[in-house]
Amino acid sequence: MSVKLVFLGKLADLAGAPDKNVPAPLDWQGLLEALPGPLGEAAKGDKVKIALNGTVLADRTLLAAGQGDEVALLPPVSGG
Amino acid sequence: MKDVRILHGELVPGAALDHFGAAHPEAGGIVSFVGKVRPDGTVEELELKHYAPLTLKGMEELADATLARWPLDGLLLHHRTGSMRPGEPIVLVAAAARHRRDAFEAADFAMDNLKSDAWFWKREKRAGEWHWIEPREQDHADLERWG
Repeated sequence: MSVKLVFLGKLADLAGAPDKNVPAPLDWQGLLEALPGPLGEAAKGDKVKIALNGTVLADRTLLAAGQGDEVALLPPVSGG
Repeated sequence: MKDVRILHGELVPGAALDHFGAAHPEAGGIVSFVGKVRPDGTVEELELKHYAPLTLKGMEELADATLARWPLDGLLLHHRTGSMRPGEPIVLVAAAARHRRDAFEAADFAMDNLKSDAWFWKREKRAGEWHWIEPREQDHADLERWG
């Protein structure tokens, strides 16, 4: 089993796909290590938020995802 | 009371407003706002992405906050996602209230929040190339009016 990463906005372009499965468990450091090159750099940006199963984390560095969880990487919104 | 939707197809403001009006015969007035994909001559297509677990929930919370702040009979928030062309409606907000001032303010507040805080990512195609749209300072300034 794995953790599903979901990329929104321009992060999906950098990832080359809207989502990706990575091995569980996953913490913030593990997340960054799972994202190569420009995608990892972009994910580190201050304005990128992280949601775990649909809830935005107040502190993304405390990410703790287990098998079957969905982790979304959310760049700043363009608005409605 | 609240009618919050993310639309994957066409938005037809007239039909939605007829339905909303019929659902709130007790209202003294209805204020509505239709936002369109702004025609500026160079944009060929606009595409909105949303994230299902967050976007609708965020709009529901905005509706609740608006209803808590003004005495409304009803509030409608409809937002499109997916691909659309310049000139097409993209968002519809309507507030039904006993008195007009509450309806005007509630619709204005809901739009300001949708424009700056809703979980949508937009990109537009110009000259055959896609460009992501960054947040606008003006949208955040608009939101600060509400304290």
